[in-house]
Amino acid sequence: MSGIQESVIIRTVVRIMVPFIQLFALYVIMHGASGPGGGFQGGVIFGAAIILYAMIFGISEGKKKISDSFDRILASTGLTIYAATGLACIIFGGMFLQYSAVPLLPDTALVSKYLIDLVEIGIGITVLAVMISLFFDISPPESEAGEVEE
Amino acid sequence: MIWILDITLLFFLVVCAIAAISIKDLLSSIIILSAYSLIMAIVWVEMHSVDVGFTEAAVGAGITTVLFIATLARTEGRSED
Repeated sequence: MSGIQESVIIRTVVRIMVPFIQLFALYVIMHGASGPGGGFQGGVIFGAAIILYAMIFGISEGKKKISDSFDRILASTGLTIYAATGLACIIFGGMFLQYSAVPLLPDTALVSKYLIDLVEIGIGITVLAVMISLFFDISPPESEAGEVEE
Repeated sequence: MIWILDITLLFFLVVCAIAAISIKDLLSSIIILSAYSLIMAIVWVEMHSVDVGFTEAAVGAGITTVLFIATLARTEGRSED
């Protein structure tokens, strides 16, 4: 364990900050269609929050929150949401991701608004899972961690 | 467009880029690269491309820095050349 992982200030600040970072990530995902941001950016911010938690409290503590198998399930779930939304448009006679073809509501503009949000959520889930698994795979094992942060 | 702000940002961008490739200590190089990404994000926003700036700030200054440092922890940490 290195110095930064024992610091009370850093641990407390991270414990308080992580939920707010995650809330901001959800805001970015949901406002991707109307403003700056989107599924990719929101997913990266959500993944960064969990990476921050795993950096300070240790990789094993982070893997307790999101294990490797759950990470794999998350990555494939997001991709499935994206592909299913696109294929649903084909089934209802449109082109891939042509949202207005889905007869969910009489108002096609509203349908496309909701389906864009659904696609953004799928992208966000996949990106956050891949970012977390990148960090878990690339980070050094617990015993030799912290050599660089002396 | 505020041209004096643009000139200042681009000047710092060039300084960061040259410092990042010329410095020997790799941890310092990574931190300078992160500062480069932050300035680049401000430049993107200044050019009215908020979406790209957002991505640059999240990925360039956030995730890549963490991944580089995690890689550095498994290697030597000094450049040979």
